[in-house]
Amino acid sequence: MTRPQFSDPALARKLLSAVEQVAGRVGPVKLMEVCGTHTMEIGRLGLRSLLPRTVELVSGPGCPVCVTPGSVIDAAVRLALDRGVAILTFGDMIRVPGNELSLEKAAAQGADVREVVSALQAVDLAEKDPERRFVFVAVGFETTVPVVARSVVLAAGKKLANLHFLVAHRLVPPALDALLADKALGIQAFLLPGHVSAVIGGAAYRRVAEAGVPGVITGFEALDILSGIHTALTLIADRTASVVNCYRRVVRPEGNPRAVALIRRVFQPVDAAWRGIGTIPGSGFELRPEFTMFDATGEYGLRVGADRMPEGCSCGSVLKGVIRPDRCPLFGSACTPQTPVGPCMVSSEGSCAAYYRYEVAR
Amino acid sequence: MTIERVELSHGSGDGNQRLLSEVVLPNLVPDRCGPLEDSAVVPSPGACLAFTTDSFVVQPLEFPGGDIGKLAACGTLNDLAVMGARPVLMSVALILEEGLDAGLLARVLRSLSAVCKASGVAIVCGDTKVVQHGKADGMFVTTAGIGVVPEGRSLSAANARPGDAVLVSGPIGCHGIAIMAQRANLGFASSVASDCAPIQGLTGALLEAVPGTKVMRDATRGGCAAVLNEIALDSGVTIRLRLADIPVGEGVTGACNYLGLDPLQVANEGTFVAVVPGSDAARALVALKAASGGSGAAIIGAVEAKGRFPVVAVTEIGGTRPVEMPLGRLLPRIC
Amino acid sequence: MCLAVPAKILSIEGSVARCDMEGSTTVADISLVPDAAVGDYVIIHAGIAIQVYDEQEAQESLKLLRELAAAMGEGEG
Repeated sequence: MTRPQFSDPALARKLLSAVEQVAGRVGPVKLMEVCGTHTMEIGRLGLRSLLPRTVELVSGPGCPVCVTPGSVIDAAVRLALDRGVAILTFGDMIRVPGNELSLEKAAAQGADVREVVSALQAVDLAEKDPERRFVFVAVGFETTVPVVARSVVLAAGKKLANLHFLVAHRLVPPALDALLADKALGIQAFLLPGHVSAVIGGAAYRRVAEAGVPGVITGFEALDILSGIHTALTLIADRTASVVNCYRRVVRPEGNPRAVALIRRVFQPVDAAWRGIGTIPGSGFELRPEFTMFDATGEYGLRVGADRMPEGCSCGSVLKGVIRPDRCPLFGSACTPQTPVGPCMVSSEGSCAAYYRYEVAR
Repeated sequence: MTIERVELSHGSGDGNQRLLSEVVLPNLVPDRCGPLEDSAVVPSPGACLAFTTDSFVVQPLEFPGGDIGKLAACGTLNDLAVMGARPVLMSVALILEEGLDAGLLARVLRSLSAVCKASGVAIVCGDTKVVQHGKADGMFVTTAGIGVVPEGRSLSAANARPGDAVLVSGPIGCHGIAIMAQRANLGFASSVASDCAPIQGLTGALLEAVPGTKVMRDATRGGCAAVLNEIALDSGVTIRLRLADIPVGEGVTGACNYLGLDPLQVANEGTFVAVVPGSDAARALVALKAASGGSGAAIIGAVEAKGRFPVVAVTEIGGTRPVEMPLGRLLPRIC
Repeated sequence: MCLAVPAKILSIEGSVARCDMEGSTTVADISLVPDAAVGDYVIIHAGIAIQVYDEQEAQESLKLLRELAAAMGEGEG
């Protein structure tokens, strides 16, 4: 089958040698990945313990759990506790604290919070229970936007009046713009998110190459990540600023045009706040006029307020790769995976949680 | 008129007598004789007793590979078995939700009874309560078990020492995945069946071959990750696993990839980990594999001096990472 | 944000497909991959197929990776 082939341990070890070889040609380098799933897989494979010490692999703001504003969670909590709305959410968000409670803690206080594995389930649930009001917490990057868009279209077709969407999606290319604009970050190459790319295609990353930084579209198995790193280092060594697709079995140059068209039909870009970082222009989505009747903010008159970052918390700087997690004053003392303070530690794929677990296990 | 559904009136007095005589007792303790007393009075089975209790709240009540009755019996018997005890006595307390189907109740009690009979265990006391609709998720079962520990045997989670070997008795992750596949909100189907089973045959075979076995622990809620962390913390050591050597139940990997879960954190109900002196590892493995149900056993790691993390793993590609204690409920991921 | 699994289409009914993921089955929306057929592998994320898996490209990629590995010489790692 497909997966075992791209996880072959013997081939992986050879690729690691190849990485070591090219790393020797370039000296200390800083690579950034911008996908929470990459952070998780790199951690799960124990890759940091194997890479040459001159290769610094930084986690960027690619974790929707980390960058979704706490105020979005607060809004969902209030809807559940004050208005009796049933909150439907991906499991990833359940333990993340907003500025006050997490959805899990709200459930302990009587909130109706249900985890789902697809936005499409929200449509089914709402249809089967017309007396109850549901809100789906729509987080995630461009990989997830298509299924939410599809759900909105289906809900519209069924004229559902009891389902609304709390839209908090974030986009990768504008985030890359923000990262590229900060020259002080010193990122020498990006590992680009394989499944976001499957949707939006490779052309969306032209700005990366134009900024003089190589980008490698990377998959998620061991061989994918190692070949992604190898390619990134080779591009750096050859001083070639291009975008290379190393995940060709899934990513086409044009992405999935049908998915892109669906996204554009349902959503339009809007300026959006990233937890810990601030506002990035055009980096979020809102429902287009045809579908605004499904917007939870409008339906419930929600005011999604500003975030309060805990004192001393440096998640913003960590998310941009400005500082390493262990340079945050709270890291490892007040803030650990068991007692997390900021979002980067709460999420198991957050930069700080990943660093705590994997970097220090060397 | 036979009882078809449990009703509130079955919780006390006349109704309770009817529920007991028509449904509970014939299915739970078919060989019972004599009056029902307030306590069972039994001759002491031995000098050193193991005593354990557990409550069971599973949904659905019947699942591939078992039901709440089998789960309750195995859960308690296995907690005795991993302490090296010969199980002797069991109690069964039931909290039944008003409206529970009497046929289902009869079936799960028969399952419970069958496990105990096969293990030579007598169910000597119990209780039955009925609560209002919505207050008990079908039924809750609490079992307690007493077993006899032979003199000189002292298995403990605090016994692991550097140089010891770590084994698992079979493929992991089956129970948790079998249950999760029944949950509509998780959106998948699976042919994986729970590994729910009594493990006394396996633990007995291991102890006979390796009397110096240090620790045995059944890897229930929280999976192997939880129990190995507990052992490492209690013993003040680090356990180093080799992920490539850990047997994973057929179909479990696919389900875990879909849900974004680590098989090491998925619950088992008939699989245990054991720590034995390093020099006995090979003999332990032979004994487990020769015993019924142990063909999938494997040596999965070793104990070393305490490091920064209680449990670490060597990954399939040779990297190193910690294996953490699971933080509460397993949640599916999209990220 | 990218947890997605390759799954083999077992049967199709309208815009929905029953798919196999190494022994588990799930039902996924295939409206975004209308050319996918029974027997094809698709990449499923949160209940929707976002792309068709290209087996030929997979073999090409593996071939290149093996060539790269071979260049590292035998007996290493």
